[in-house]
Amino acid sequence: MLPIPLSWWLAVSAALFSIGLYGALSRKNAIAILMSVELILNAVNINLVAFWRYIAPQAIDGQMFAIMVITLAAAEAAVGLAIVIVIYRQYASAVVEEFDLLKN
Amino acid sequence: MQSIVDFIVSLNIPLITQPIAKLIIDLLLAAVVAVLAPSSLVILTWLERKIIGRIQDRIGPNRAGPFGILQAVADMVKMFTKEDITPTKADRISFNIAPSLSVMAAIMVFAVIPFAPGFVGADLNVAVLYVVAIGGFSTLSILMGGWASNNKYALLGAFRVVAMLLTYEIPMVMALIVVTLAAGSMSMVKIIEAQSSMWYIVSLPVAFLVFLIAGVAESGRSPFDLIEAESELIAGFHVEYTGIKFGMFMIGEYVHMLALSFLLAILFLGGWQIPFINVAALPGPVGPILGFISLMIKVSCFVFILMWFRGTLPRFRIDVLIDFGWKFLVPLSLVLVIAVAVAVKLAQGFGVWAETVALLVVNLLVAALAVQSQRLVANSRRLK
Amino acid sequence: MIIQAIFIVMTLCTLGGAVGVVSSRNLFHSALYLILSFFGVAGYYVLLSAGFLAVIQLMVYIGAIAILILFAIMFSRESAMNSAKESQANRQRWLGLPVAMGLFISLIAVIIPVNWPIQQTAPTTDMVRDLGVAFLTSYLIPFEVVSVLLSVALIGAVMLAREENPPVKETK
Repeated sequence: MLPIPLSWWLAVSAALFSIGLYGALSRKNAIAILMSVELILNAVNINLVAFWRYIAPQAIDGQMFAIMVITLAAAEAAVGLAIVIVIYRQYASAVVEEFDLLKN
Repeated sequence: MQSIVDFIVSLNIPLITQPIAKLIIDLLLAAVVAVLAPSSLVILTWLERKIIGRIQDRIGPNRAGPFGILQAVADMVKMFTKEDITPTKADRISFNIAPSLSVMAAIMVFAVIPFAPGFVGADLNVAVLYVVAIGGFSTLSILMGGWASNNKYALLGAFRVVAMLLTYEIPMVMALIVVTLAAGSMSMVKIIEAQSSMWYIVSLPVAFLVFLIAGVAESGRSPFDLIEAESELIAGFHVEYTGIKFGMFMIGEYVHMLALSFLLAILFLGGWQIPFINVAALPGPVGPILGFISLMIKVSCFVFILMWFRGTLPRFRIDVLIDFGWKFLVPLSLVLVIAVAVAVKLAQGFGVWAETVALLVVNLLVAALAVQSQRLVANSRRLK
Repeated sequence: MIIQAIFIVMTLCTLGGAVGVVSSRNLFHSALYLILSFFGVAGYYVLLSAGFLAVIQLMVYIGAIAILILFAIMFSRESAMNSAKESQANRQRWLGLPVAMGLFISLIAVIIPVNWPIQQTAPTTDMVRDLGVAFLTSYLIPFEVVSVLLSVALIGAVMLAREENPPVKETK
């Protein structure tokens, strides 16, 4: 019935989350950071759907939450990329370390 | 399909059980579709040349074989034997993946298309959404090809095309939603069954027109062929492609056109339905065969119409296109979705004819509104 | 057996793509790896019998978000091109790596010993209908809030990315 144990899904999701976290912490470019955040959101979604399928398959709340996360990810990407483009116009760069106008 | 599976199982070949027989049949059908769809290119290019030739008062190809029918084969041979160039500064991997992605995206649509009663690759309950999702891959292939070529014209061409594709995806999805609302399901089979008494081209003419326009734009054909606006962009995003890789983009375009014709026939002309005949109830193989013939006739009509477009209409300018998409088609389709939702709800339970009339009235109202608003806009612009 | 094989292939797609995203020097390649990763996750949803979500994943993530990211990368082309040679990681990378590894190890350590209350029942078949009903009944307010959020994001993105001085209107 369920040929794959739940812990596999959770392990994959944890790995994806960690990779995304590493990317968000270590990348220079703002767009790359946004991409890493998308990975993190995907990891969360895998978790939500896996728990829905294995623990509460009759309810639909798991899928509902996943849909909400996808919607938020879309909004986040749109606004985030718009901000990146605006900053790129100002600084001619998308490297986060160079945006230090408020420093000192 | 089940009958074929039963037949194979009844042969009593060792190791062939019910699920394995089904798997074999599925794989075979998938292979047939995946081979036949690109091979239709041979017929389609020849047809297109002939039809456009006639429209432009020429004869069209007439040297190779009877009626020039071998012209497509000659073209293919030329395409295969040309030198395969990868620009040195190109992004090698993306450059080589992009053409196959384009063909793949076009072929994958056929997975959910019901060819005859009982013959459908996968009767997804979200087939309509699946078609839209697969469309994303063809956008991706264009973007990849344009970027990887490392050529200004290619990149500009890709930009334009993607802007256009994203614009026209919205009205397309809205038209699909209208059909979904009327049929009460997103499964292709259910949509066809819902049209057993009345085709949606009659009850949803505005949705049909929106889908036709947006679909032609999605397939990147004339008059929306900004992909290769020669006068401005040389050959657009595939300016650096030669030989078979260029050929694959072409296969992608033609298969896309074919898939669009199938979708139009299924969503608005009742798929394999034949008026006044219940195809699905016919005995034995008669039903599927008749249904398939009926579907193919409808598909050929749409293929002809799409070629007719190409022969008749000049290319739009990019800003006109985007304006038309955002300022006319998107609002129109949004209003249409709301109006059809209300009409479907109001006519529920009053029988097929009441529903048809309600949908038709709503569609005509929306059309009249759109025309009137365009007239007002044009008048105010003229007064300025 | 087949299902496990598909799971492994999809895991290779997802995690391999993710590693590509965070390690590739060329931003454009990063975005392509991201698409591979999204595709793998869509495969997961199919395996978890959430077909609707899989299609939504393809449509929203690959059809919209990935294309948007590719567009943004092309708009900031110079930075993407120049940085293709030098490293894309900042000074925090050697700090980030142990943090991420530590998180992964602790998560695994938490996951493995738990005895999850797994239910062997199959999910409802008409998932799309159920989702639609739930959106308009028990989840009505979140649904409305999300739709407002999307409108705000749309308008906000347009306002942000708009050129400061719009080009002079053509006179006719």
